Amino acid sequence: MMNELLLMKSELLVTAVIFILLFIKISDKMSNEGVLRVVNLLLLLNVAAGFYCMNTVGELFSGMFRTNELMAFEKNMLNIGTLLISLISYEWLKNHKHLPEFFILMLSALLGMFFMISSGNFLIFYLSLELATIPLAALCNFDLEKKQSSEAAMKMIMSSAFSSGILLFGISMMYGTTGTLSFAELPQYLDGSPLQVFSFILLFTGFAFKLSVVPFHLWTADVYEGSPIAVTSFLSVISKGSIVFIFLTTLYSAFAPMGEVWYNLLFMLSVITMIIGNLFALRQQNMKRFLAFSSIAQVGFILIGISGGGQNGISSSVYFVLVYIFSNIGAFGAVQLISSFSGKETIDSYKGLYQTNPLLSWVLTISLFSLAGIPPTAGFFGKFFLLASGAEKGNYILITIAALNMIVSLYYYLRVVRAIFMEKNEQPIASIQGSIYEKAGLLICVAGIIAVGLYSHFYEYIYSLSIF
Amino acid sequence: MNLSLFIIIPLVASIAVLLSRNAQQVKWISFLASAAQLVLSFFLLSAFRSERANGNVSQMLFEQRYSWFAPLNIEYYIGVDGISVSMILLTAFVVLAGVLVSWNVEKMTKEFYFLLLLLSLGAYGFFISLDLFTLFFFLEIAVIPKYLLIGIWGSGNKEYSANKLALMLMGGSALVLVGIFAIYFMSGIHSFDMVKLSQVHIAIEVQKIFFPMLFIGFGVFTAIFPFHTWVPDGHSSAPTAGSMFLAGISMKLGGYGCLRVATYLMPEAAKEYAPIIIVLASIAILYGAFATMMQKDLKYINAYSSVSHCGFVLLGIGMLTKISIAGAVMQMVSHGLMTALFFAVIGMIYERTHTRKVEELGGLLKVMPFVCSVLFIVGLCSLGLPGFSGFVAEMTVFMGSWQNPDMFYRIATIAACMSIVVTAVYILRAIGKTAMGPITNEHFSHLKDAAWNERLAAILLVLGIIAIGIAPFWLNDLVSPGAEIIMSKISGVIIY
Repeated sequence: MMNELLLMKSELLVTAVIFILLFIKISDKMSNEGVLRVVNLLLLLNVAAGFYCMNTVGELFSGMFRTNELMAFEKNMLNIGTLLISLISYEWLKNHKHLPEFFILMLSALLGMFFMISSGNFLIFYLSLELATIPLAALCNFDLEKKQSSEAAMKMIMSSAFSSGILLFGISMMYGTTGTLSFAELPQYLDGSPLQVFSFILLFTGFAFKLSVVPFHLWTADVYEGSPIAVTSFLSVISKGSIVFIFLTTLYSAFAPMGEVWYNLLFMLSVITMIIGNLFALRQQNMKRFLAFSSIAQVGFILIGISGGGQNGISSSVYFVLVYIFSNIGAFGAVQLISSFSGKETIDSYKGLYQTNPLLSWVLTISLFSLAGIPPTAGFFGKFFLLASGAEKGNYILITIAALNMIVSLYYYLRVVRAIFMEKNEQPIASIQGSIYEKAGLLICVAGIIAVGLYSHFYEYIYSLSIF
Repeated sequence: MNLSLFIIIPLVASIAVLLSRNAQQVKWISFLASAAQLVLSFFLLSAFRSERANGNVSQMLFEQRYSWFAPLNIEYYIGVDGISVSMILLTAFVVLAGVLVSWNVEKMTKEFYFLLLLLSLGAYGFFISLDLFTLFFFLEIAVIPKYLLIGIWGSGNKEYSANKLALMLMGGSALVLVGIFAIYFMSGIHSFDMVKLSQVHIAIEVQKIFFPMLFIGFGVFTAIFPFHTWVPDGHSSAPTAGSMFLAGISMKLGGYGCLRVATYLMPEAAKEYAPIIIVLASIAILYGAFATMMQKDLKYINAYSSVSHCGFVLLGIGMLTKISIAGAVMQMVSHGLMTALFFAVIGMIYERTHTRKVEELGGLLKVMPFVCSVLFIVGLCSLGLPGFSGFVAEMTVFMGSWQNPDMFYRIATIAACMSIVVTAVYILRAIGKTAMGPITNEHFSHLKDAAWNERLAAILLVLGIIAIGIAPFWLNDLVSPGAEIIMSKISGVIIY
């Protein structure tokens, strides 16, 4: 039994970190800086250990929990992302009263995501989804003195409760028509009856809410703007990444027989998601809102990759999430650093940033170019593979729309670049000296953005894992 | 001959530029790197010629092939034929000249040279790629440096121009991207390898949809009508070296892509759409020429005349005869050298007089004999005087076009020929007013003639122009076999 439980190595590791943090909280002796040092070290160990226990394959609890190399790799990606977020938020966290709780909540959400990725049954999927969501709502409220932050938390909890309701409705009807909740057994009971299609669409809607796919995106911008940046980046990168992974699993294994239904859904949703996300991003002034809408558009691209199906569909989506972790956290990290030193968050206030903070400007620019898909950054490769996966089905209308959307997105990313490099400002943001943690975090992001793309072994490795 | 050096040298140089301590180091690193590239490209030329003389008839020479993204069959696959060699030579000339004329850039010198080198990296990579993925990769690498070059170091309405240029070029490459995917999946072999793809037959229905995408996509880069509007704004706002790179190299990326990717891989559709290409090219030629007549700013004059001259490239490709395609390539080389030189001279004049308005200039020959002589040379080349490269290239295009016996094609050829008259009008008027006559402004009489770096740049490009002008056969010999291979693919469809 003991050996079998070791299948859950990643989960056990995160749980251990949570317990250590609990003890730290109870003893209440450490200074914030000390706690941060310990936490970052623990998270780093967690990442290292995660790679050490990659080769575990198997099932537990009669198929409720299952894991394989791909899932282990996905969990490691999320681990890396969490570490990076912890690093870039150093300045903001340093002075926070409830530092250990922040990490306890964040890691609980991460634990939920791990179980969600590994779930083999709708029951555990639902449980872990809630575990991944509710701590996040508390995290949204972590700027305790800001009204906006509470508002964001309220919106987050309401919308996720609503989407969970829809999801549960779909699951229960699916159970009613098929008599099973197991991902592995579901395909043989799917006969495409209208009720099944309907319940599938409800399930799909639940996912769409979590992924903030248009038209279920309305909560995103407000929540992202109101939450502290660390939480925003966690929501937009880690949380979304984990949903993409489980979405892939359910579509490709449990709902494989309904391929046509979900292909058409993905086609329509990806088109409107890209277009609406881009159009809204065009007009944003606040960097957080701007990144929120741009991340909606990015999800549209991920949906194209998912719609491709097959090994390419999995590997391109997983690869894009990896790229997205580095690029988006890089961008959020720069925004976070500027915000915590100067309190400025609008694009206009970034004017002339290059004069005072050249390195930080390059970090932000490279991250934005990666998000826009400009070579030689990894974003270019990520987008290319997503579109290649989508093109495999021969739907060139979709690919053309996506390619044209890349131009629209370039326009608004260039707006920031223009403000940084070209526009003059009497009082640019003063020179910022981040701590070693932030520098390390941003450095890892930039290195990731460059290396993950040009060094093709990352993609080849993910491709070799991408078999269900 | 290791072709990868063409990518490695700019890469190493650009990293060295980032690490260097002062502006002087930056300049010398860039200068040495681009000079090394020029030497290397001459070495490539001689190696290429000796290989061919030794009877090596394989289509591409000096090939290198490494697997890059194995799951999608993406390879780092490079090699050259005569057409690529001539484009590499052009790039090497323009880059070195561009580095030299920017010697006095004081604002953010390091970043400026870094971006120039990055841009040249994209161009070299594009011209040696034989894999569609790497080709596209390098094509896009070349876009963003232009945006930053114009936006940061430009003049006038620079942010607007930079944005317009970046978005239009990205729009072009978005269409190219879709076309590349179509070729990849529809050819049935799931490969980006251009040589392999050229041996596969792609269904005509597929070609009919995706050829226009690829052609227009690359066409945006080479200012195909009606997607030429970025050219005047972009060129006029860019710093001198930026304009030189834009007109001299970047517009050639498009022409090369139209030829090597669109026409070569989808010959039947090229035949099908040839009339439309020719109509668009003729419009560009005539419209560009007439629009130039109305311009008062020297940079706008050269920008619009570039639209007109690049029209000849597309005309040559659209005519689909061996000579016209060779002419198109020669026009690319010739126009690249000529227009880079023109922008360099305009830059020199502007740096001294602080105006580019033709009516405010005058009598500069007396104060700046060297600069103005070069201005005459480049003007005469532009209007197609024998002895300069412009004549050779345009003549070849017209000859090739006339070979096409169809009446429609001949009318288009005649119409295009007429633009030469218009060119003569605007060129002679502009350079006459600038260089001759009385000195219009007191302040002009104290101006200094060209400095060593400017002289070197100008002499370099003038040598190129004259070398093609008086001995066109070497370029023709270089380019023709490549054109022949492209035509052999097409002559299965049409016979001339």
